[in-house]
Amino acid sequence: MAFVNITSPHAHGGNTTSRIMLLVILATVPGIIALTYFFGWGNLINIVLASVTALACEAIILKIRKRPASFFLKDNSALLTAVLLGIALPPFAPWWVTVVAVSFAMVFAKHLYGGLGNNPFNPAMVGYALVLISFPVQMTTTWATPFFLTPDTLIPGQALIAGQVMSFTDTISVIFSSSAGLTDAFSGATPLDTYKHLAKNETAVEILQGPLFANETSGGSASNWFAGGWEFVNIAFLIGGLALLALRIFTWHIPFSVLAALGTCSVLFGWDADLYVPWSLHIFTGATMLGAFFIATDPVTASTTPLGKIIYGAGIGILIFVIRTWGAYPDAVAFAVLLMNFAAPLIDTYTQPRTYGHDKAKRGMPTKPDDASNNSSKEG
Amino acid sequence: MQPITLHSFDGGIHPQENKQQSTQSPIAQLPLPAQLIVPVGQHIGAPADVIIAVGDLVLKGQVIAQPKGFVSAAIHAPTSGKVVSIEQRELPHSSGLNGTCVIIDADGQDQWLEEIANGSRAIADYLDVDNEVLVTRIRDCGITGMGGAGFPTSVKMAVEGKQIDSLIINAAECEPYITADDMLMRERALEAIRGIQILMKLTSADNCLIGIEDNKPEAIKAMEEALHKVHGEHHITVVTIPTKYPSGGEKQLIKILTGKEVPSGGIPSSIGIVCQNVGTCEAVYRAVAEGKPLISRITTITGESVEQPQNVEVLIGTPVKHLLDFAGFKQEKSLFQKLLGSFNSSNSSSSSESKPRIIMGGPMMGFTLSNDELPILKSSNCILAPSQKELPANDIASACIRCGLCTEACPADLLPQQLYWFSKSGELDKAEQHNIADCIECGACSYVCPSQIPLVQYYRHAKGAIKEEHATQQKSDRSRVRFEARQDRLDREVAEKDAKRQARAATAEKAQAAKKIAAAKAAEEAAKNGPTTEGASSTEEPGAPTAAAKPEPVDLEQLQKQLDAAQAGLKKSMDKVAEIKAAAEASSNQDGANEGSSNEEGSNDATEHLAVFEKAVANRRDKVKLLAVQIAEAKKSAPPVIKEVTREDIEKKLRAQQDRIDKTQQRFTLAQEQGAETLPALQKGLDKQMQKLKELEADLAQFDKAGV
Repeated sequence: MAFVNITSPHAHGGNTTSRIMLLVILATVPGIIALTYFFGWGNLINIVLASVTALACEAIILKIRKRPASFFLKDNSALLTAVLLGIALPPFAPWWVTVVAVSFAMVFAKHLYGGLGNNPFNPAMVGYALVLISFPVQMTTTWATPFFLTPDTLIPGQALIAGQVMSFTDTISVIFSSSAGLTDAFSGATPLDTYKHLAKNETAVEILQGPLFANETSGGSASNWFAGGWEFVNIAFLIGGLALLALRIFTWHIPFSVLAALGTCSVLFGWDADLYVPWSLHIFTGATMLGAFFIATDPVTASTTPLGKIIYGAGIGILIFVIRTWGAYPDAVAFAVLLMNFAAPLIDTYTQPRTYGHDKAKRGMPTKPDDASNNSSKEG
Repeated sequence: MQPITLHSFDGGIHPQENKQQSTQSPIAQLPLPAQLIVPVGQHIGAPADVIIAVGDLVLKGQVIAQPKGFVSAAIHAPTSGKVVSIEQRELPHSSGLNGTCVIIDADGQDQWLEEIANGSRAIADYLDVDNEVLVTRIRDCGITGMGGAGFPTSVKMAVEGKQIDSLIINAAECEPYITADDMLMRERALEAIRGIQILMKLTSADNCLIGIEDNKPEAIKAMEEALHKVHGEHHITVVTIPTKYPSGGEKQLIKILTGKEVPSGGIPSSIGIVCQNVGTCEAVYRAVAEGKPLISRITTITGESVEQPQNVEVLIGTPVKHLLDFAGFKQEKSLFQKLLGSFNSSNSSSSSESKPRIIMGGPMMGFTLSNDELPILKSSNCILAPSQKELPANDIASACIRCGLCTEACPADLLPQQLYWFSKSGELDKAEQHNIADCIECGACSYVCPSQIPLVQYYRHAKGAIKEEHATQQKSDRSRVRFEARQDRLDREVAEKDAKRQARAATAEKAQAAKKIAAAKAAEEAAKNGPTTEGASSTEEPGAPTAAAKPEPVDLEQLQKQLDAAQAGLKKSMDKVAEIKAAAEASSNQDGANEGSSNEEGSNDATEHLAVFEKAVANRRDKVKLLAVQIAEAKKSAPPVIKEVTREDIEKKLRAQQDRIDKTQQRFTLAQEQGAETLPALQKGLDKQMQKLKELEADLAQFDKAGV
């Protein structure tokens, strides 16, 4: 009787790429809920739009590259890129900004480098950086005001209704129709941006009395916000991220070192709150948690050795602080991640772990054959 | 005894154990198969030498192949019967290569060799005899490691001069499904412990640690109970270790139990440790205390495709089919086949999919068998017949996303995904730099890989390619050294020859000058003494008078020889001159085309060479002339005296020829009797010899006539 011939190992743990991608997507759900709760439908619409664009782009380019489209579409990686971009882009960003960012991410940042697993740069962040540089106005003026800062509306015959997010239909028309103007009532700068700009003229005490930071003005709510709702968004992403950590989708190294480096820098410089954004805002506003747990941990573009991951994460944390503090952009996760993507292969080269049975780790590039033989004879 | 502090190795995985299926019933005895296939190379090292022949009747336990060389092991007949064939057959090995196998038809008597049956080979006082006796016995009984690699145990025990601190007994059995060691410890703990005592005596180890994973509580209990039965101080400890794959890897187990790491490329004894599988210990005890060679082992037969998963005592050489039948193997039909029903599918891929998968070893490191005629070896601890559902064939591998799960799982602290990229792209130097050689191929990385990449397969390939590259490199290094040595030697020889030639030329010139002076002196004297014409001519031909003065017959031959040599030398030199001239011309032509300084140097060299060789040609031409003259002189002056000796000579030749003919005739008659094929050739030879004889006789007659 003849049997089939397969090499070992024969057992498999059952993990799949699509499962990993799906879990990461699911872990963003708390963050998406928080975003929607505070800032309205914008991000949800972005996510849907981005997903459709991403899948279409992926399918088309797979077809052009003569790859089996259904096989690759099932891996959920395009979907993840789209979800992350949908979350990262401003809620009221015009539809074409999203489409440009996503299609550039899929086609240029991913497939022109060889598709999944071969891209040196985080596709979502490449797309984000492209639109941030290309369309600075659309990318900075389309952030939403949290619902509690929107004006109260008076519906005739009914009581005064406290601040609400922009309605779904209004959001659709804002995103898809250039003619529909985005009113100041629903848009506003992010806390980070606000603080940075106000810090030029005002003291910390004055800034923190502003509506975004001290929520006393918003009447109805009993909660005490300190960062215009962004702190809850960040906590929601933190929860999702910790869930992924518990599921061992990634290791603690990168998120921990991103947050540790960013926290350390902001505490060191934050002694003078009149000049610098305090550490609490660095950690709990902007895209910090999203960046630390969902973007910096993209395994394809990150460093892969245990020590390398720590260096890589710390680099991102430091760069986020530097760009936020001294740079011209309101947030810095995209640039920080992209800059460290450049460094990842080099970091990997110099951070090999010590292998079992070796006195110390071999690091750096392979030595020349002569040297190698000398080394081995020494070892022997 | 101080408590053992457990250490831990990095990485590792926790696959489904699937061990309970095969531990429900005690170890069964497999009925005798009709035929046994016993490979003579079951171990690491040289295959044993077959010492029986086809048709021989062998008894159970009889040596059928002797160890060849130091690292080798004896092979014994697993049962009594008749050797029906000794042939090349496929071996149960991942390579699928062939090897010599002794095929024995069992006679059904299962009759032991007399000296084993009557117990005369048993060593009862095994802890008091010489180590040498024990090692010899272990070697004679063909004991090899039964955990997997099959390293000859006697070789491993030869640790003289090395300080061994710990004997580590590997009873972890970390691979899923396999329970052979588990069941052995449950049922034969005392034998195993006694085997361990023998091994401790041999290695003079200070202590012994038996590492057992905590998923085998019955085995642990049995071993501890057996330890209580051992009298006196024994320094043996049963250590329960956490269940984690691959804690049964030798290096990993050593790390867990001692915290020490086996140096990369080294062996455990270099850090004072010897490691043995628990099954091997039992086999050692049987070999020493009962005199029984290793002809059977406990093998787990399990998987969803067999009805009764269990452990079986099986004779080495038993075809896998026999074992599968015993356990109730049923071939699973794939869904595709079921759907197709009785329709015959022409699609070849579907038929290959429906082939069952039979694994020798466990699901992590075992290899698939190509057919069920392959035999059980000394190291075959498990036959796994899984269903498709149980161990599904791998999906198509998707792209590596560098998730790093493999890095976390690797028990050797390697970077499996880097190794994968390097192996895939053929960057072997980088793979080496990343210590691919330290990969133990445990498969943990592939197990956790979400992209289902057959990582281990890539590493095996890369390791092979690196090995080949090293071999090629070594070969070319050696040939370079050889070439350089040869070149040096040739250069040296040329230089030596040049030096000798120049020295000879110098002495010749001196001699000639001296002769001229002597001749001139002689002429002067002659002129003084009286007018003779002879003296005047002697200045022109200085050789002639001296040659004439010498005794003739001997000299002539010698001169002739010298002349031949000189002529050959002259020809060589002239050839060389022509060659150099041609080369010089060619290079000068090139000079015109490209003015290179190197060419100039080259042509300078050539001119120098040319001068040397032209000088040599001149010298040799002189010598040839001189010799020719000398010979001519010698011939003139020498009378034909040679013939005086020929009478005897011819007679001698004649006798020799007759002897030869006699011998040929003898052979001829012999060949005639036997009707050999060489007859015509002999006839021809004889004819020739007769003719020669006649010629010689004629010569003699002529000579006699002339003499008279």
